[in-house]
Amino acid sequence: MNFDFSDEQKLLQQTTRDYLAEHSPLSTCRDILESDQSYAATLWKGAAEMGWQGAVIPEQYGGAEFGHLELAMIAYEVGRALAPIPFGPSVYVATEAILEFGSDAQKNQWLPKLASGEAIGTFAFAEKPGQNTVEAVAATVTDGKLSGTKSPVVDGDIANFIIVAAREKGALSLYIVDLDAGGGAGGTAPGIKRTTLESFDPSRSQARVVFEGAGCERLGVTDATSISVLLDRAAVLTAFEQVGAAERAFEITREFILGRFAFGKPIAAFQAIKHRMADLWCEIELARSNAYYAAWALSNNDPELSVASCIARIQASQAFEKVTVEMIEFHGGVGYTWEYDCHLFYRRAKLLSASLGTPKHWKNLLIDRLQAQQAA
Amino acid sequence: MDFNDTSEEAAFRTEARTWLEANAERITPGDTDGIMEEADTPRMVADAKVWQKKKADAGWACITWPKEFGGRGATPMQNVIWNEEQAKFQTPRDIYGIGIGMCGPTILTHGTPEQKERWIPKLLSGEEIWCQLFSEPSAGSDLAGLRSTAVKDGDDWIINGQKIWTTGAHFCDWGILVVRTDPNVVKHAGLSYFVVDMHSPGIEIRPITQINKGQGFNEVFFSDVRIPDDQRISEIGNGWAVAITTLMNERQSIGSGLGIGSVEDLIQFAQNFEIDGAPAIEDRQVREQIADYIVKARGLKYTSLRTLTALSQGRPPGPEASIGKLVGAVLQQEAASFAMELAGASGALLDPNETPDEAAWQERYLALPGLRIAGGTDEVLRNIIAERVLGLPSDTRADKGIPFRDIPNGPVNA
Repeated sequence: MNFDFSDEQKLLQQTTRDYLAEHSPLSTCRDILESDQSYAATLWKGAAEMGWQGAVIPEQYGGAEFGHLELAMIAYEVGRALAPIPFGPSVYVATEAILEFGSDAQKNQWLPKLASGEAIGTFAFAEKPGQNTVEAVAATVTDGKLSGTKSPVVDGDIANFIIVAAREKGALSLYIVDLDAGGGAGGTAPGIKRTTLESFDPSRSQARVVFEGAGCERLGVTDATSISVLLDRAAVLTAFEQVGAAERAFEITREFILGRFAFGKPIAAFQAIKHRMADLWCEIELARSNAYYAAWALSNNDPELSVASCIARIQASQAFEKVTVEMIEFHGGVGYTWEYDCHLFYRRAKLLSASLGTPKHWKNLLIDRLQAQQAA
Repeated sequence: MDFNDTSEEAAFRTEARTWLEANAERITPGDTDGIMEEADTPRMVADAKVWQKKKADAGWACITWPKEFGGRGATPMQNVIWNEEQAKFQTPRDIYGIGIGMCGPTILTHGTPEQKERWIPKLLSGEEIWCQLFSEPSAGSDLAGLRSTAVKDGDDWIINGQKIWTTGAHFCDWGILVVRTDPNVVKHAGLSYFVVDMHSPGIEIRPITQINKGQGFNEVFFSDVRIPDDQRISEIGNGWAVAITTLMNERQSIGSGLGIGSVEDLIQFAQNFEIDGAPAIEDRQVREQIADYIVKARGLKYTSLRTLTALSQGRPPGPEASIGKLVGAVLQQEAASFAMELAGASGALLDPNETPDEAAWQERYLALPGLRIAGGTDEVLRNIIAERVLGLPSDTRADKGIPFRDIPNGPVNA
């Protein structure tokens, strides 16, 4: 039995943590939150030099070729730091999409740029408010031209290319849209209009992207199943980001309640708080265990991934949100101020939970998949 | 990451399985888990003794104990493997859990060489059965507030008072007992630890009927019961430290037995009933509720794999090992309640012929409040996690620094 990360993987995690402690303190997240910038470009470049964007990209394309367990460790630390970079959409979704489904030409075109951080990729799935399902995708491709509206698209304002879910003659597939192709200043190709939207978490940007006969090419040979596989894989890696962020929020809260005195003692000594801290800790540990299992399934391409991704996604989303809600509550009035960092976590929890499908969506999926397993 | 045994573990598993195959029958599908059910007939005790003796003769009785005391010096991981393998076979109900899991380790840690020689061999062979006499009507979570007394009389101690929640007292030979030897010092300092012969004059045992009609527990009354001083474990006044050794062993043994199968069974269960003309499993709220239970149950399962990993690598388990009972018992109770709700009015039946799954969910719902209390209530477990794992301060205690005799009592305890 060895249900743990290796010493080498933990060392990589420590190196990642050290780097982020120096280059991405919470003030870096706040800087992006308060500025007009969409992401921390210097940090993005530094991350690429550390090999993070290329963690699962083969060396022949300029990647570090670590593996998915290593990427999970990096994701955990990116989450802990609330790093304001387009890591999730570009690495867990766009990079995975091209690695998993792309043609040789597509791999040659994009993987080296992804590994070096030169290109930012993202994923466009949602089109309108409500639960985002494969069935609801309405964007169409006709004669190689893409039309439709995707909103919101995380990092849609800064991406160099987008993986888009759309239909060609009714059949669902994934397409690559090169936003820089033939683009002038501002970098957007013809037939594409993108508008930055006000994000619930302004340290992570979101946009509406309107395609009006935009140039696109089909990503390998993809279909509806490909989208589901892609979301499963991204969900696992995002879960690590969520658990990492939840752990950090928990640590900050613990420090605060130990230092805050009321009625002559630290508020951490009151059972009304202690017991809820114990419960939050249980939530985080369950999320960690589910994420570990999903990472094992992901790195081994095991069929269990379909169930493991759901349980990792649901528990990580819920645990992170619960911790941030209590974080503000336990801080009292100061927790509600702009000046304190609680709201950075509160916002990120919602962004990460919404962007790949909400827990509500994944719970339904989990039962679907378990029913299929039990019937088999 | 992998879920396989190391080669040493695999070899040990084979050895264990080979012996079990030769000495017991494999479990066939459909056997019940018997959660907290009553099972204490003379026949059961007799069967258990035969099985324990068989294991002891072959060196499989207390495998983690040192060889000199009849064990095989096995690692904690080997113990897990042994338990996993043994669980696949039909074996008599385990009546030695308290003796082997709690009393034995305490005597091995704190007993004199003479005490070990006197009690350990028959404890291990199953010839003598042991129980635990700790809790009292007025001392549960606050165990150190116990009031039964021991007064020195020559070479003996005279015991008076009442113990409660004593599993198996009516068929046990020996009990471990914590009593107050000095009411004039602070509560923890006035306790001493003894071994008592359960057949002594002056001991009266009365069964307690649980809410599910089970009778696993007893009240034990002591009226001038004599215990020779050579049955005292450790120093006079050191009883609390010895009791802690026992309790640490207890919490390890509870909480490991909460399965996840039942929660995933809810998917099938919810196909049997209709909500608004369609199977309940198609109802979104039902699906999401069941998904929540499954996510938690899986989380517990994989958390236990993390604990096993630590054991397998020869490390002590991390703090995550303390989650099992706290999360698991509530989860199972809520899931049982939900199943009863799905069954509608028949959810309030215990008649196995008129309600689904032969009223198994109802039985669980009646059993689980007990599991939430046994070995530490949810509230005590939260305190333990908060204080020992998270390093949060302990509560201000109203009885701190006060001699036991001056500690206030509420009307319930009077």
